[in-house]
Amino acid sequence: MKYIVAIIQPDKLDEVLQELEQSEIHLVTVSPVMGRGRQRGISEVYRSHKEAGSLLKKTKLEIAVNDTFVKAAVDAIIKGAKTGEIGDGKIFVLDLEQCVRIRTGEQSTAAIG
Amino acid sequence: MNLKKIGLLLGGLMLSMAIPAFAQAPTVDTGDTAWVLVSAALVLMMTPALAFFYGGLVRKKNMLSVLMQCFFLMCLITLQWVVFGYSLSFGPDIKGWIGSLAWAGMHGVGLEPYADYSATVPHQAFMIYQCMFAVITPGLILGAFAERMKFSSFVVFSFLWAAIVYDPVCHWVWAVGGFLRKSGALDFAGGTVVHINAGVAALASALVLGRRKGFPARISPPHNLPFAVLGAGLLWVGWFGFNGGSALGANGLAANAFVTTHVAAAAAGLTWAMLDWKFNAHPTMLGKITGAVGGLVAITPAAGFVSVIDAIWIGIGVSVICYFAVAFLKPKFGYDDSLDAFGVHGIGGMWGAIATGLWAQKAINPAGADGFFYGNPALLFIQIKAVVVTIVYSFVVSFILLKIVDMVLGLRVSERDERIGLDLTQHRESAYTMID
Repeated sequence: MKYIVAIIQPDKLDEVLQELEQSEIHLVTVSPVMGRGRQRGISEVYRSHKEAGSLLKKTKLEIAVNDTFVKAAVDAIIKGAKTGEIGDGKIFVLDLEQCVRIRTGEQSTAAIG
Repeated sequence: MNLKKIGLLLGGLMLSMAIPAFAQAPTVDTGDTAWVLVSAALVLMMTPALAFFYGGLVRKKNMLSVLMQCFFLMCLITLQWVVFGYSLSFGPDIKGWIGSLAWAGMHGVGLEPYADYSATVPHQAFMIYQCMFAVITPGLILGAFAERMKFSSFVVFSFLWAAIVYDPVCHWVWAVGGFLRKSGALDFAGGTVVHINAGVAALASALVLGRRKGFPARISPPHNLPFAVLGAGLLWVGWFGFNGGSALGANGLAANAFVTTHVAAAAAGLTWAMLDWKFNAHPTMLGKITGAVGGLVAITPAAGFVSVIDAIWIGIGVSVICYFAVAFLKPKFGYDDSLDAFGVHGIGGMWGAIATGLWAQKAINPAGADGFFYGNPALLFIQIKAVVVTIVYSFVVSFILLKIVDMVLGLRVSERDERIGLDLTQHRESAYTMID
């Protein structure tokens, strides 16, 4: 089992979700986040006072998958989120130790899908 | 006794010369009364509007503390006003300095007009209209000490400030017998009484309380600019009552004040945006509303004395001056006037009072005077004198009051409470929930 964390451009979320859907990956958690990478942020100015922090709004996806779905998930995210410009985001793939479905108590691969 | 009577007579005589309308016997005019009452309601609205203007600019954790301080003043100062504040401000004069307590508890303040102040509206309508000014003035100060003042100390300070600073200054400038009024100083709707007075007290409080933790580098940006824009918009609307209502009648003078108020705000809002565009590469929403409010402040003393075209100069001037005060003066001296109460109301008010001395004309208001550009340089000096007197009195007395409250109660919350935020530590509430 793997845990996939992807940081993408907020306006690409719909396309990524559509691609995942087509790859039969339905379970995903999405949250709004702030961050910066090579693209850097845009600093804000309030009454001529420049803010030091400069972060951009991004969207984070978290997806738990069985090993056979890892490649499909990563490909789907790339297909949906890629524009070719700096700031498209990153995908992290982590080992997942355990997964439990709260309603039934099922564990591991049975609980994931 | 005889001397007092002669003084009153003389005061009455001077006034009747100044404003011919006072010559006739006082009878209530329905149109005038309707306009003054509506204006009173408009000015009341400015206090919650100010709450949202300021509230949007603080951090999330301090939103309620700002709203609470504003709303608290609506209740506290209203009671102070009817019990004794109105009498101290407008009651029978004692040597030009203060009103006596003869009108305390609304004694003698009835439904008949009181000709010296408003010959055509009930005395009580005039009183409640003035009440709304007394309410918002200490509210303006809180912009300087936002996000770090202990609530109990805020209450004590505001109450004392209203009685010891606002009421006397109001008397000097507006009451029959007040020494600045007698000197010929012009303040149509409160540039000196409200804005300079509060703005200078704000500077004193920023200095006495010290900077917020992390100022200036690590203070988060305004938590909700749309609220600030909403507040500024409502302030603009309310200001028609503030300035237009100060004509105390539904007449041409009210129309002049209404129009100059609107035009000055427009000119100032536009000017600030242009300055932002030039110096910061982008016009900002916050700059736009700051400029507009600055324009409203600056036109306040002048609204009923200047022409529409001269109001444009007043609006342009205030944005240029306040822009540099906020962008350069504050960082240079390093005081933490959190929401620029001094930078906008203090500095803007001073410019407005001086501008009144430049552009006032009798052709607009026979009860006023001609200013510098209309052949009477003397008015400029009278205006400057009134500004200096108010600055000195407000700064010194506010400073001492703050020091006393600090010694007795402590002005600042603890470092821990400041970090957690005033909403939770002073009021046990949160403005926003993170999870439903």
